[in-house]
Amino acid sequence: MPPPRRNNDESVMQTVMPAVMSVFKLATPRAQIRTLLLAVLCIVVMGGCALDEEPADFSFLNIEPETIDPGRLSGQAGGRIALSIFEGLTYRDARTLAPVPGMARSWDISPDGRTYTFHLREARWTDGRPVTSGDFQFAWTRLLDPLTAARYGNMLFDVVNARAFNAGKLTDPTQLGLRCLDDQTFQVELEAPVAYFLDLCAFYPLLPVPRWQVETHGDAWIRPKNIVTNGPFRLVDWQISRRIRMQRNPEYWNADQVQLNVVDALPGDYINGNFNRYTSGLLDWIDASGVPLTVVDALRDRPDFHTAPYFNTYFYRFNVTRPPLDDVRVRKALYHAVDSRAITEYVMRAGQEPAHSLIPPGLPGYSEVQLSGYDPDRARQLLAEAGFADGDGFPEVELLFNTSEAHKQVAEVIQQQWKRTLGIEVKLVNQEWKVYLANTKALEYDISRGGWIGDYLDPNTFLDMWLSGSGNNRTGFASEAYDDLIARARFATDPNERMQLLRQCEEIITQEECIILPIYYYVVTNMYDASRWEGLTPNLVNGIDLRSVRRKAGPL
Amino acid sequence: MIRFLVRRLASTVPLVLGIVVVSFLFMRLAPGGPFDDERTLDPTIRANLDARYGLDKPLSTQLGMYVKGLFRGDLGPSFKYTGWTVREIIAQALPVSLTIGLVALSFALLVGIPLGTLGALRHNQWPDYGAMSVALVGICVPNFILGPLLIIVFVFWLGWLPVGGFGSPAQLLLPGITLGAVRAAYIARLMRAGMLDVVHQDYIRTARAKGLSERVVVAKHALRTAILPVVSYLGPAVASILVGSVVVEKVFSIPGMGTFFVNSALNRDYTLAMGTVLLYSGLLITLNILVDVLYSVLDPRVELQ
Repeated sequence: MPPPRRNNDESVMQTVMPAVMSVFKLATPRAQIRTLLLAVLCIVVMGGCALDEEPADFSFLNIEPETIDPGRLSGQAGGRIALSIFEGLTYRDARTLAPVPGMARSWDISPDGRTYTFHLREARWTDGRPVTSGDFQFAWTRLLDPLTAARYGNMLFDVVNARAFNAGKLTDPTQLGLRCLDDQTFQVELEAPVAYFLDLCAFYPLLPVPRWQVETHGDAWIRPKNIVTNGPFRLVDWQISRRIRMQRNPEYWNADQVQLNVVDALPGDYINGNFNRYTSGLLDWIDASGVPLTVVDALRDRPDFHTAPYFNTYFYRFNVTRPPLDDVRVRKALYHAVDSRAITEYVMRAGQEPAHSLIPPGLPGYSEVQLSGYDPDRARQLLAEAGFADGDGFPEVELLFNTSEAHKQVAEVIQQQWKRTLGIEVKLVNQEWKVYLANTKALEYDISRGGWIGDYLDPNTFLDMWLSGSGNNRTGFASEAYDDLIARARFATDPNERMQLLRQCEEIITQEECIILPIYYYVVTNMYDASRWEGLTPNLVNGIDLRSVRRKAGPL
Repeated sequence: MIRFLVRRLASTVPLVLGIVVVSFLFMRLAPGGPFDDERTLDPTIRANLDARYGLDKPLSTQLGMYVKGLFRGDLGPSFKYTGWTVREIIAQALPVSLTIGLVALSFALLVGIPLGTLGALRHNQWPDYGAMSVALVGICVPNFILGPLLIIVFVFWLGWLPVGGFGSPAQLLLPGITLGAVRAAYIARLMRAGMLDVVHQDYIRTARAKGLSERVVVAKHALRTAILPVVSYLGPAVASILVGSVVVEKVFSIPGMGTFFVNSALNRDYTLAMGTVLLYSGLLITLNILVDVLYSVLDPRVELQ
């Protein structure tokens, strides 16, 4: 155990205030300066002493999480911490990403795929209490409770009665399809056979939470002094925008497999600063938020530069309600006039691949859509069919993106390609993030940049967003046939049939209707020294599984 | 003095209330809200969030609730950092900014005052030209250039100092210098002007005539008056150091207020943005009053009215 930390911030303040006050009482400027100097020296020395503590075994870059409360999480940064200190029914294997037994030692699935019965293993919370089915029932009910206002509550909307409960139309939580058969058996009843449910169980909003701490401390239950967890690590320190420190949890059921003792997650939202900290050894691992585009060329061939496909696609949305983009021939012409290889090779340069579909490749059981891609002759022909031969009479359209150097460079390349191939003028418009979001939602644009990271490893996460009226659609596209296909896929029990239906959906979006223009698949970019660390292989979801990270034996 | 303070403090109340109302309304005029993201929330989920944070109520009610909270010292919960209150965030981040600011200010005074004095005492000789050239460079080089330059030299070439972060004394040096450089340059110029003005006055001639050593004349008699322009500059300087720390905090990965000041507005984190605006306006008002008081302490001719 490390010695208890002194509260550094308070000690600094206690030194500063009297010192500052006494300075003004002194007679001569010289004495004032001398005292000021002395005060600064005191603070500096005290500050230094207070923080002189054990260095971490492993430090990684992780932007400041919005929260680490599983019930209220909304982003990857918090998810990484939550997945390190809690453990769900399943967790994703670091290499294959397949869901493997976590708190659930095994499970039974009913033949209709709508009832999951989980058998929990003997495991303990960090305060010694046993982990029970009630902990999951509480956490999931809390996730759905309208008062929690969980952003990921919809992940459980397939549970019986969940949607009504979340909307406040049903107030009795016992009517939810969540039952504790006994302390070690947890049963979930679904309204549809959710094919990816075991993967969902590994997703951070579905982690268990300790009811007794949540109810005692309210919002402050996630502070290091209150928090009780059941995962491979414990939270020992959290200073906002400065550091999150975790320590190995010896009570974890699989603690023998965890090698790291002290781990720091260090935030930073300045890409060059993050890279500097990696270069000077303050960080052992950084992802793309620490790799400046300007130095990618110099880094790409280094042994500590690692990339992997990412479950994340960069695309443009067409506003199908506005002429001339309401004509599918125009949209297709724009699609065929884009050579995305120019973008991946000359703009992004870190190993991104030109997109030939919306859903990134690599999903087991799903056969990828293969779009025909760049075809200038076909593009010109389609535009002529739409009545704009050689771009004549084509109105000026706007290409909207959120302010960012990379988005601007991509847009400029595409603007040039459209001009060269089709003879049309496109005006580039950049807007601050929230303004851009508001305008795309209100369909106040012609063409806009978009991106999407899959929430779970299934095609559905890229496809149900295009349902009529979905908040993520933002193209004006509405088709009953499409909605019907998604609904049929939802209730399909045969996995092959289901994948076929989803593939049809993707074809509608990208080929038949062409409401989006896929540009490239992102890559996961990680930098770490592979001769020192193992278990860090970059994966499809840009995750980091601290369970499996090991320092390699041998001299440093 | 007491009457002066009471009157000045009383006049700040309507000022602060005005700031609250105006910034509250401007904040809401900006398109988008705290819960808008690439991933649009399900309508029921969105409604639950709005209800939890009171965003479903009319704007006037929200403003009223916010002001009522202020009188209780409650700045509200952060919209972005779920589970943190604005007060907790400020309590963690402000001491960091103050520490860096103090280092920067000390650097500015320790470099600026001697440099300016030297320039004045060797007026129109090479030390004067040298000191003023250094000051000119200090004013002209912006901190987003100076910071990375210092990093290249002291971190990557010489390897003497850490590249960033907060905690050890060594980590305070580079950001302190970067932040203090411009102010050091200003102080040097003000000090030189003040000193030039003072050394030709009668009481300095008297001091010299008494046979005092040059050191005592300068340090004890001249400096006290010559420093007045610097003192009046200190108020805005401290304020600009605290607000201007945004860039320096970013370059050196320092967990201070600057990051929250900018990001809270970008994130539409209404309460945190309001909290930082209030904090900075409070600091500015206090510093201005403090400078007025300090002025009368240093120069008995100045009366507080």
